[in-house]
Amino acid sequence: MSASEAPGAEEAKAKGISPGQAMRRLVQGDLSSVRVVLGLVVIAIIFQVQEPRFLSAQNLTNLMLQITTIGLISVGVVYVLLLGEIDLSVGAVSGLSAAVMAVLSVSHGWNPYLAIAAAVLVGASIGFLQGSLFSRFAIPSFVVTLAGLLAWEGALLQVLGKTGSLNINDPVITGLANTFYSATVGWIFAAVTIGTYGAVLALGYRKRVAAGLAEGGQLALIVRFVLLAALVIGAVTILNSDRGVPLAVMILLGFVVGMEYIAKRTTFGRHVFAVGGNAEAARRAGIRVNRVRIAVFMISGSMAAIGGVMAASRLFAVNQNSGGNELLLLAIAGPVIAGTSLFGGRGSVWTALLGALVIGSISNGMDLLSLSSAVKLMVTGGVLLLAVLVDAVARQQRQTSGRV
Amino acid sequence: MSAAGTPLLELEGVSKRFGPVQALDRVDFAVSAGEVVGLVGDNGAGKSTMVKAIAGINTIDDGVIRFEGEEVSISSPQDATGLGIATVYQDLALCDNLDVVNNLFLGREEVAPGFGRASRQLDEVKMEHETADLLSNLAVTIPSLRSEVGTLSGGQRQQVAVARSLLGEPKVVLLDEPTAALGVPQTKQVLALIRRLRERDLGVVVISHNLVDVFEIADRVFVLRLGRSAGNFTASDTTEEQVIGAITGLGDRDKEAQPTEEKR
Repeated sequence: MSASEAPGAEEAKAKGISPGQAMRRLVQGDLSSVRVVLGLVVIAIIFQVQEPRFLSAQNLTNLMLQITTIGLISVGVVYVLLLGEIDLSVGAVSGLSAAVMAVLSVSHGWNPYLAIAAAVLVGASIGFLQGSLFSRFAIPSFVVTLAGLLAWEGALLQVLGKTGSLNINDPVITGLANTFYSATVGWIFAAVTIGTYGAVLALGYRKRVAAGLAEGGQLALIVRFVLLAALVIGAVTILNSDRGVPLAVMILLGFVVGMEYIAKRTTFGRHVFAVGGNAEAARRAGIRVNRVRIAVFMISGSMAAIGGVMAASRLFAVNQNSGGNELLLLAIAGPVIAGTSLFGGRGSVWTALLGALVIGSISNGMDLLSLSSAVKLMVTGGVLLLAVLVDAVARQQRQTSGRV
Repeated sequence: MSAAGTPLLELEGVSKRFGPVQALDRVDFAVSAGEVVGLVGDNGAGKSTMVKAIAGINTIDDGVIRFEGEEVSISSPQDATGLGIATVYQDLALCDNLDVVNNLFLGREEVAPGFGRASRQLDEVKMEHETADLLSNLAVTIPSLRSEVGTLSGGQRQQVAVARSLLGEPKVVLLDEPTAALGVPQTKQVLALIRRLRERDLGVVVISHNLVDVFEIADRVFVLRLGRSAGNFTASDTTEEQVIGAITGLGDRDKEAQPTEEKR
């Protein structure tokens, strides 16, 4: 950190990097996530001061359950944002898919797994249709999915019929959001998570060392591992002291981790980033840009359907409001608040989870304080604007310092 | 070096018409292995049209293209790439949000062995290794291979774009205005890189407006004017004035290298 290390600097360069650099890289690499986590801490402090129940195990468990629907939908939205596009139909698609599942399960007595699969298929097909219209005819995704928003909301009313509401009683479907695991299962879950993460980090590091590319620095890896382990242990401890680790949370985390893997570690994910960064460059590199676009909209539709199934499970019903209200805007706002760029090519699937946490905490805290929905809407809008402002300022600073 | 044998790439009587505009009119052109040819001409002289014809973006109306002595038809960019013709466009076609390694391997990523196509991991280590090898072979220095391309200087970006074109092991490289908008030291870097391409025995075609740069690296200078060949000079025994004369069509009466087509 000081100038006196000049003689050792070369050695440090050869071996890796100094602890100071490692810390800086850690912070820089995830600057927006760090900012969001700090924001979460501030939110928690504000609400905890006003209402001591906010950080209780029971409320935190409720919070986790409340964010699963938005989080799942946001996972798909992140992919669309990475392309630099937008999908305004996710709310309506989640409602329609859930309604299809409910009708098949309740009115037609379908096997619950088949009914859920049908809902996901509906979402994927809608994504395929919208993605094809967008890429084939070069209609802005904003317009295609706005048309979709209206049309699928109409379809939802149509599917639900005259009663406008269907109660779900299938135990498999309602179990999705209402199953809690015992403490033992929770700890096994924690151990597996931490162990896998450690193994992935260690193997990756060893491979880079073997190839002579070890420049990441062990310290940063150890810090990351300790942070994750502490987070997982803390979360499982809290959840276990209430009703246990909910199945819904495991499902959400599973999708976040899986889709993050696809985004960051596979050829397809790399191509999504490339198309979002410079579609013409991607095309010249031989990437089939339109296929990538259609696939991304299918992911978005499918994740919306999965989110809709989860919402129906929590509510034990599908009604005319399913997928409505501010669900759409919150599902898009979440990742943006947490640092996924609206302009494409930058972001991560983790921002779906982080953003849902921020939005969920605010909404949950204001509910605890029994604030009116007028106040809630204004505050949520203000937070979104603030987050985007911070992002825009950060972007400007990047540009003035030579980073585009 | 091997300019004595058959040229690597040869155009004979190539014409291209866009509606009423005769963009290329019976152009003869050749580039050999280990040779740098500067392609110069005024705006609208047909330089870009010619490069696009070779790169497969435009198909030619008339004439013959030969590659390594064989007559070939190039009707798509894939045809050109398949033959071993790489093109580096002026606008670079890099993704600013991806790092150097990812840009180099974009569209031809290495994946780790395993089963299932979708679930296979990108082999970042292998790609980074090959990138480091390639760049050090070319003596290109970039602070970190993992820095985003958007953070690099214009010269570094140009070098990344050129290095990228070499991954497919091409035999001919077309460079469209490689030094446009670069500062002096960066231009020097890029010119040095072009010399290393020649040392690798590639045929290099450099389009440029900057005659100083062209004379610094080119073995031969090929001039287009109004879609026709207007001169084919050996760089070492030609003056800038002669080339300018050929470009503008003024004061070229006493020039010996005037091609016969010019007079029909």
